[in-house]
Amino acid sequence: MHELAVTESILSIALDYAERSHAAQVTDIHLVIGRLSSIVDDSVSFYWEIISRDTICSSAALHFTRLPAQLICLDCHTEYEVDQDLIPCPKCNSVKVKVLSGNEFRVESIEITSEEND
Amino acid sequence: MTKTIHITVAENILRANDEIAAENKLLLKNSNVLALNIMASPGAGKTSFILKTIALLSNIYHIGVIEGDTSAATLDADKVTSLGLPAVQINTGGNCHLDANMVQNGLMKLPLADLDIVLVENVGNLVCPAAFKLGTYKNVLIASIPEGDDKPYKYPAMYSAVDVLVINKIDLLPYIPFNMDYYIDGVRMLNPDLISFPVSCTTDAGLPAWMDWLENTLHEYRYN
Repeated sequence: MHELAVTESILSIALDYAERSHAAQVTDIHLVIGRLSSIVDDSVSFYWEIISRDTICSSAALHFTRLPAQLICLDCHTEYEVDQDLIPCPKCNSVKVKVLSGNEFRVESIEITSEEND
Repeated sequence: MTKTIHITVAENILRANDEIAAENKLLLKNSNVLALNIMASPGAGKTSFILKTIALLSNIYHIGVIEGDTSAATLDADKVTSLGLPAVQINTGGNCHLDANMVQNGLMKLPLADLDIVLVENVGNLVCPAAFKLGTYKNVLIASIPEGDDKPYKYPAMYSAVDVLVINKIDLLPYIPFNMDYYIDGVRMLNPDLISFPVSCTTDAGLPAWMDWLENTLHEYRYN
């Protein structure tokens, strides 16, 4: 539901980095989103079409890399991943677990074209 | 000649919000004001809980309130100002969350020099507010029994983003199927050290423990 604000931030970061590198166009934007960050890809893509118009990002493709959540059991120290629902430790069934990762929410990289000659 | 260049960015998507949140944090620290970001689903009892907290503590501390609402109706802010306390209403214009910039505008309108505590009532929503830092000292989630015991499993981002959990409406436990063990298991998986306060704003059960926590937290914030 907050995808518009998120999409605006993605555009602002991409433009910032692209302009610093004197880009002619931005062709690709790579996003990394952890399982525990809630975001709807389709919704971001929908807003993207609208807000990137008339910018050097207008033809950029958005690439979403989804990372699973990594957890560690605090009782038996088993590390495991969850892709969908949170589950207790698969080995000892303990719920004393710690989330190691899964909250990622970043612009990882962009690809740009530049007219400059070497 | 056109060449393609790969640029590493590695920036948090909500960087701009996080930067304003850091300004808010500094402003609040310099004003010696403890702020709490109070989040919940609609109907969990945020406003009742805030009014209860004010009723129990406003004779000792000066409390201000920032009310986030999706519409222009000032119902909640009116309830606070009718108690004679400073309240600012932020109309998010249909947006599903408060962001750091909105809260900064709200803080500017409050007499911070005269206040001890600012309670920020976020928009009723268990999804979006979790993503936006506001610069408050603690994030508080108000859950309630009628919402059901599956909420930690369905809203992991919210349950992992908070420092304090208030479980409201515990007076309804005899009437509603709610497996507290299942609920707490979900909470512990996401946030093992989360402090929780089962309360009822109808019977006042559990509220003294919440008050103690708030007073201790104010002390910790000011003197540590």
